[in-house]
Amino acid sequence: MALRRRAFGQPTALNNHMPLIIKDISKTYGQGHALQNLDLEVGDREFLALLGPSGSGKTTLLRILAGLISPTTGDVSFDGADLLSLSARERKAGMVFQHYALFRHMTVAANIGFGLRVRPRRDRPSAEDIKRRTDELLSLVQLEGYGARYPSQLSGGQRQRVALARALAIEPRMLLLDEPFGALDAKVRRELRYWLRRVHDETGVTTIFVTHDQEEAMDLADRVAILNSGKIEQVGAPNDIYASPATPFVFDFLGAANEARGLVSDGELHLYDARFPLADAAAGEVKAFFRPHEVEINPADGRGFLAEVVGVIARGPATRLECMRGDQMMEIDWARGRLPDGVARGAQIRLAPERFTTFPAGG
Amino acid sequence: MSIAVSSPPRRRSTRLLPGFRLSLGFTVIYLSLIVLIPLTALILRPWELGVAGVWGVVTSPRVVAALKLSFGASAIAAAINAVMGLIVAWVLVRMQFPGRRLLDAIIDLPFALPTAVAGIALTALYAPNGPIGLWLAEFGIRAAYSPLGVVIALTFVGFPFVVRAVQPVLEDLDAGLEEAAFTLGANSWQRTWMVVLPAIRPALITGVSLAFARAVGEYGSVIFIAGNLPLRTEIAPLLIVVRLEEYDYAGAAAVGLAMLSLSFLILLAVNGLQRLMATPGAGR
Repeated sequence: MALRRRAFGQPTALNNHMPLIIKDISKTYGQGHALQNLDLEVGDREFLALLGPSGSGKTTLLRILAGLISPTTGDVSFDGADLLSLSARERKAGMVFQHYALFRHMTVAANIGFGLRVRPRRDRPSAEDIKRRTDELLSLVQLEGYGARYPSQLSGGQRQRVALARALAIEPRMLLLDEPFGALDAKVRRELRYWLRRVHDETGVTTIFVTHDQEEAMDLADRVAILNSGKIEQVGAPNDIYASPATPFVFDFLGAANEARGLVSDGELHLYDARFPLADAAAGEVKAFFRPHEVEINPADGRGFLAEVVGVIARGPATRLECMRGDQMMEIDWARGRLPDGVARGAQIRLAPERFTTFPAGG
Repeated sequence: MSIAVSSPPRRRSTRLLPGFRLSLGFTVIYLSLIVLIPLTALILRPWELGVAGVWGVVTSPRVVAALKLSFGASAIAAAINAVMGLIVAWVLVRMQFPGRRLLDAIIDLPFALPTAVAGIALTALYAPNGPIGLWLAEFGIRAAYSPLGVVIALTFVGFPFVVRAVQPVLEDLDAGLEEAAFTLGANSWQRTWMVVLPAIRPALITGVSLAFARAVGEYGSVIFIAGNLPLRTEIAPLLIVVRLEEYDYAGAAAVGLAMLSLSFLILLAVNGLQRLMATPGAGR
């Protein structure tokens, strides 16, 4: 998987003001913990991705913010006010669901205007104002002229844009997106991704985005919070997390990884029959991780540890080598032109990873 | 093996579902035997009286009163079932409480019970000396042997239809719809009226039409509780039986034809209403 840098513009300029403060939130269901003592702060106008495998608690956190469920313990404040004690109407949290959740019996325009029409009479905009606002939002989501259609007459991508317009209609203080592109095909997904980022930059609404797709999170977000079993493993800018993952889980989750056990002593990593310089690691047994595309391939008398090539798979621009060392399978992606001489199935080669990330063993 | 030379392949319309002709033929024959032929007999029979004769039978005061009672009481019963059935379906789907499964099983009892048994039980309860009848009598309400008794019996037999039509649709309703409405600031009434009810409306209409149709044709339970006074508590199906017992087959068929036409018109109207309210292209 290739991780791209942010494809558009500069990251949103963040001030240090953190209006949304999630403090010591836990949620238990029977015996299970969906969230455990979770702390998180979200900045004004920030685009934050909650990234984690299914069951990691990311959707639970989002639903707590939306007011759909209550945490077992903990506090959430927004601009200093206790968010948990506010009604949904006072919270103004616009939510977008994976399966759109559009009202099928209403036109697109009626869907978008729904949040305005259900306001109590004294706060309700006039019919003309609702219409004007609906038209503005339709043009923001590039669906001008679709107002009179019904959701069933739209494609999946269009439906999700309507759902976003509907959530934006209530002028939300935060926008909560629960795997919004999960039901769409890859191409539409990618289009909507950039489009969503643009809408965020135009509206400036604080956005929290739940996904299990690390590429999507890395591409879109100002910051990414990686969740695992109800806890946050790491929070940070996409590049920082990728460059220095805090835990083995994060390293593994952010892309293909090879893992080996080694020993660090005297500033060197001893791995199988090879030694690699490793300055900043504490001595002791370690788990060493390296990426498949960050490996140098040498002949059997060269540098690195010995391994046997058991498979060679051409995959477009890169060639994948499957190598065995003992009973450990390792994957190497070779994208530097022709394979070095002598590399073929059954050959003995030496592998010299260019970069390691190590964690104390037993962790 | 020989190779077919230049004979253009015979074009055959390909269908994804096999046996189209067989299944259509079967459907038509079955429908004819079970529904259409008996109905045709019913439609043809009364005309031996002549047009004026049929008109005379159908517009005679006793027949008009019976038709009014049958269709009026059925409509009231269907309306009661619409409200109560919706509430019961709602409770069964949305609430968790001990005995829910038992309650769920009880819903179907009006289907299983011979309607005559139901009629006798209801009569025993609502008769002026029955437990409920005594209590109602204190308020000057006479339930058994009155049009009210007819409504009670028809409500009883039609009850399961609405529940069973609405329940599965309510169960399958995407919880996200109500959650979305919630986050948009809709209160529980608005969520119910603006989101849930429109979504289950087609099922509700189906259930109510079924309950209505069933009530119009009901006979067994009503004759015990109604008292069967001509012009007051005599339902049309009973009148048909009365005519048959008088060997007036054509007259019985004429009343039947009147019922059939009215039912058909009403179901047609409901169908049209449903189509009118359906959103274009809203696939289910």
